[in-house]
Amino acid sequence: MSVNKENVAKIASLARIKMSDDELERMVPELNQILGWVDQLSEVDCSNVEPMTAVIPNELRLRADEVNADPKTGGDRRDDVLANAPAAEHGFFGVPKVIE
Amino acid sequence: MSNYRIQGATGEWEVVIGLEVHAQVTSQSKLFSGADTTFGAEPNTQVSLVDAAMPGMLPVPNAECIRQAVRTGMAIEAQINKYSRFDRKNYFYADLPQGYQISQLYHPIVGEGQLLIEKDEKAGIPEDKIIGIERIHVEQDAGKLMHDQHPTMSYVDLNRCGVALMEIVSKPDMTSPAEAGAYVRKLRSILRYVGSCDGNMEQGSMRADVNVSVRKVGDTELGTRTETKNVNSVRFVMAVIESEVRRQVDLIEDRGTVVQETRLYDPDKNETRSMRSKEDAHDYRYFPDPDLLPVNLEDSFLEECRASLPELPDAKRTRYIEELGLSEYNAAVLTVEVETFARFETLLDITAKHLGKPESEIATTVANWSMSTAPGVVKSLGDEANLEYATAEAQAAILGMQGAGDISGSQAKEIYEIVLKTGRDPAEIADTEGLKQVSDTGAIEAAIDDILASNEDKVEQYKGGKDKLFGFFVGQTMKAMKGQANPQVVNQILKGKLG
Repeated sequence: MSVNKENVAKIASLARIKMSDDELERMVPELNQILGWVDQLSEVDCSNVEPMTAVIPNELRLRADEVNADPKTGGDRRDDVLANAPAAEHGFFGVPKVIE
Repeated sequence: MSNYRIQGATGEWEVVIGLEVHAQVTSQSKLFSGADTTFGAEPNTQVSLVDAAMPGMLPVPNAECIRQAVRTGMAIEAQINKYSRFDRKNYFYADLPQGYQISQLYHPIVGEGQLLIEKDEKAGIPEDKIIGIERIHVEQDAGKLMHDQHPTMSYVDLNRCGVALMEIVSKPDMTSPAEAGAYVRKLRSILRYVGSCDGNMEQGSMRADVNVSVRKVGDTELGTRTETKNVNSVRFVMAVIESEVRRQVDLIEDRGTVVQETRLYDPDKNETRSMRSKEDAHDYRYFPDPDLLPVNLEDSFLEECRASLPELPDAKRTRYIEELGLSEYNAAVLTVEVETFARFETLLDITAKHLGKPESEIATTVANWSMSTAPGVVKSLGDEANLEYATAEAQAAILGMQGAGDISGSQAKEIYEIVLKTGRDPAEIADTEGLKQVSDTGAIEAAIDDILASNEDKVEQYKGGKDKLFGFFVGQTMKAMKGQANPQVVNQILKGKLG
C-alpha cells in the first residue's frame, strides 16, 4: 500500500490540517516509509494468534448508571465547559454559522 | 409480498426499503460520562469534561446502556455477541467536539434478529411478515445546533452530546411505505415494553434514516439507494418513501441515474433534497478506539438480562386471544402501548377479584369498557372530567356491579360520569342517585301483573298473534319501575306470563 500527493492532500483536508504544496511533497515519502514498514509486518502469518488489546491482562471497567457520581466526570459545570470557548453566549457555544 | 407498485411511463416499479433507527437508550447518565440525560435542561448544564472532549479525559462505559442494548437484542430474538468493541467514526462538525463519534462498526454488540409486522389489509399488508434485523450497535449521540438565534453564529448545546443511542439496522426487507410504518411502530412498541427506549419521537428519542431504492417489477438486482436522514415520525417515514420513490422513478425514466447520497426531508414541502455538503463525510476512517478495551459479556450477565425481559407484544397478543378469549382486534389494540395494556390488566385483575370470577369470563367486558366505554365517557365530559378520579378501583367497582346485574350498562356510564366529576364512591352513587336496577323478581312480577291487568285488550291481541306488543309490555313495565328494572329479568317474567 502506498499514497500519492493527492491522497495526502485529501487526508489532510479530512483531518482539517492545512498543508502547503511543499509540505505535501515532503509528507508523501515519509508516509510511504511508514506504510512500507507496516506492509513488512503484514508478511508475518498471525492468523492463529489472538489479537492483543493491552500489554498487561486487563478487563474493560464499566460504570454504574449514576448521575454526577464523580464530580470530575459529571455535568453541572457549565462555566468550566465554556471557559475556553472563543464565543459563548447565553450558555451556548457560539460558532460560525453552519447550516445545511 | 406487498402489492405496492408505482406506475411509471415505462412500466411498473417496486420499492426496496431499509431503515436505520436511532433509539435513545433509557439511562440516567450518559454512555461514557456521569452527566445527566434528562431532556429539556438549560443549555450545556449536562455536559461533563468528557462530553466536551477536554484533553486527557477517558470514556468509561455505562453498564446500564450495555445491559439495555443486550435486552433489546434478546427481545428481537437476535444473536448477542459476547465480544464487541468500540470504534471511532471520524468527522468534523460543530455538534461533535471529539471530532469522532464512538460507535461500533466492526464488532457490534447485537447481531442478526427479526421482528414480525402484522397483517393489515386496509393498510396494504396482506399477510404477517417477518422483517430481518441486521444488527444493533451502541454509539454516542451528538449535540444540538441552533441556527436561528444569532445573525452570524450558530449556537451549540452539548447536553445531548454523549447520550447513548442504539442504532437498529433493518435488512432491506420492506417493500411499501405501509410496511415501513408498521416496522417502526412495532419496533417502538418492543422498545417500550423492554424499557430500553421511551419511544418519544417528538423529543427525538427515536429517529430513522430511510434507505430507498426502486427497480422494475421482476428485476432481482437492487437499484441505487439514497439515504434520507433523521426522519422523526412514522408519518414522515412513509411520506419520505413515497416522495423518494416518485423522484427516483421520474429520474430514471427521464434517462437520469440515481446517485447514492444522503438526503434531507422537508416536511413543509413534502420532498427530499440532497445534502451535497456531506459528500466527503462518508470517508469516516474508522478504527478501534484505543481508549476502550473490548466488551466481554459474562454468561451470568446475559442470564440476568434474559430473566428481566417482560412478556413481549407478540406473546401478549396471543395470550389475550387464546387464554382471555379476546377478539383479534381487541388484542391488537390493547397490546400496542405499554400504558394501555397495563391499565387493562390492572382493571381485569381487580374486577375478577370483585366478582370472584376467572379473568377469561369477564375479559371481553373489561376490554370493551377499557377500550371504548370509559374513554367515551371521559371524552364526552371534556374538561369536566378529573382524571385523577379514574382509578382502577372505581372502574372495577362499577364493572363489578354491572357484572353482578345490580346496574345496567347505561347506569354504569352514568355512575362513571359522576365518579369522574366528583370522585365519589361508585357504590354510594348507585344507592344515593337511584342508579340501580331492580332484579328482585317479586317487585318486578307485581308491576307486570298490574300492567297486564289494566291492558287486557292488548294481552288478547298479543295472544292472537300480534308479537310486536311484547315491546309495549316491556316499556310499560320499565316505566312503572322508573327505568330501574333489570331488562333481562323483565323479559324473562313477561315471557313466562304471556306464555
